[in-house]
Amino acid sequence: MKLSEVRDILDAEIIVGEDSLDLEVQTAFGADLMSDVLAFAKAGSLLLTGLTNTQVIRTANVLDIAAIILVRGKKPSSETITLASELKIPILATKYILFETAGRLYMKGIVGCLPKVETTSGRN
Amino acid sequence: MNIEAIGAALGLEVKCGRESLGKNVTGGYTGDLLSDVMGNAKEGYIWITRQVHQNIVAVASLKELAGIILINACEPARETLEKAEAEKIPILVSDLPAFELSGRIYNLLTSGS
Amino acid sequence: MGETKANLYSESFQIEGGNFNSAGIVSTSIKSILKKLGIPGDIVRKAAIVSYEAEINVVSYAKKAVVNLTVKPGAVLIDVIDEGQGIPNIDLAMQEGYSTADHRIREMGFGAGMGLCNIKNYSDDFHIASEVGKGTHLKMTIQTPST
Repeated sequence: MKLSEVRDILDAEIIVGEDSLDLEVQTAFGADLMSDVLAFAKAGSLLLTGLTNTQVIRTANVLDIAAIILVRGKKPSSETITLASELKIPILATKYILFETAGRLYMKGIVGCLPKVETTSGRN
Repeated sequence: MNIEAIGAALGLEVKCGRESLGKNVTGGYTGDLLSDVMGNAKEGYIWITRQVHQNIVAVASLKELAGIILINACEPARETLEKAEAEKIPILVSDLPAFELSGRIYNLLTSGS
Repeated sequence: MGETKANLYSESFQIEGGNFNSAGIVSTSIKSILKKLGIPGDIVRKAAIVSYEAEINVVSYAKKAVVNLTVKPGAVLIDVIDEGQGIPNIDLAMQEGYSTADHRIREMGFGAGMGLCNIKNYSDDFHIASEVGKGTHLKMTIQTPST
């Protein structure tokens, strides 16, 4: 689905990336720990998180994440917004908690970016 | 819907707290920051997390959560299991990541069976 | 900066310990350098992930570090040599879930005891050496399709 539809489903505010609303996304990963994101998330996915610091943007950039969805009404700092604009990573902000955000997107056909975790020690 | 039914529907492994599997689940909370869960999760919610430290049991107990589901095939620490058993907090394990598991539980809870 | 005879590219970067705002700048640079060199996207990603986790470690635990990026035919090498407290027990540090992180590191979404595991898992070859009171040396190799 398009990022604009994600915005509508989540009643979200576009913080960065008004020009990216036509971006197509199919998969998502949700986490509050960036090391988990680094271990498991896949390029082109949505990243759902409650963290708002600049490391979220760095993590998204390293992994080629399509867009970041900030949950539970969290608003990013100005440093975070500046870095996301520089690196061209869209940020959407929703008031829904992570569970609700994941649930709503899942019900509309967004799937997890990996089917399951084989071991606790990540991939490879 | 109770935890037992959710566990059965999604093939989750029950690690402890079997006597409390009949607790009704009123909603879900997904998160890995303990202070956030302390602040925002509601009584009767099932908590979906990748944290395995024994502090999760204290949070679940204080907030009267229905139980804890560990994601990413995470193994609970031994002290966590001991504490959870004592506090009668069910801990289940899934090999799904947070998004997929939250989505499936959301689906079960909202389709209202 | 620049090229040497044996290597396609090499460059060194500095990381300042304790500067949480700067963590990620070096890996972002490494990513864009490798992209410009035409390295395939999945390999660029692996290199960016390992250098980023290493950067987070330096910022969290060391005084400072040098990162040496070397691109040779067939491989990207990333060396991170820090000056700092070092790691007393490497086996323990490599154990998933083991962490000595404080709340600042945890608030950033790190410190869950996964950093070194992630580095190892995304590297095709990984070496770690450490001396308590001196520092830690991480050596990561990521293979590229040889031409």
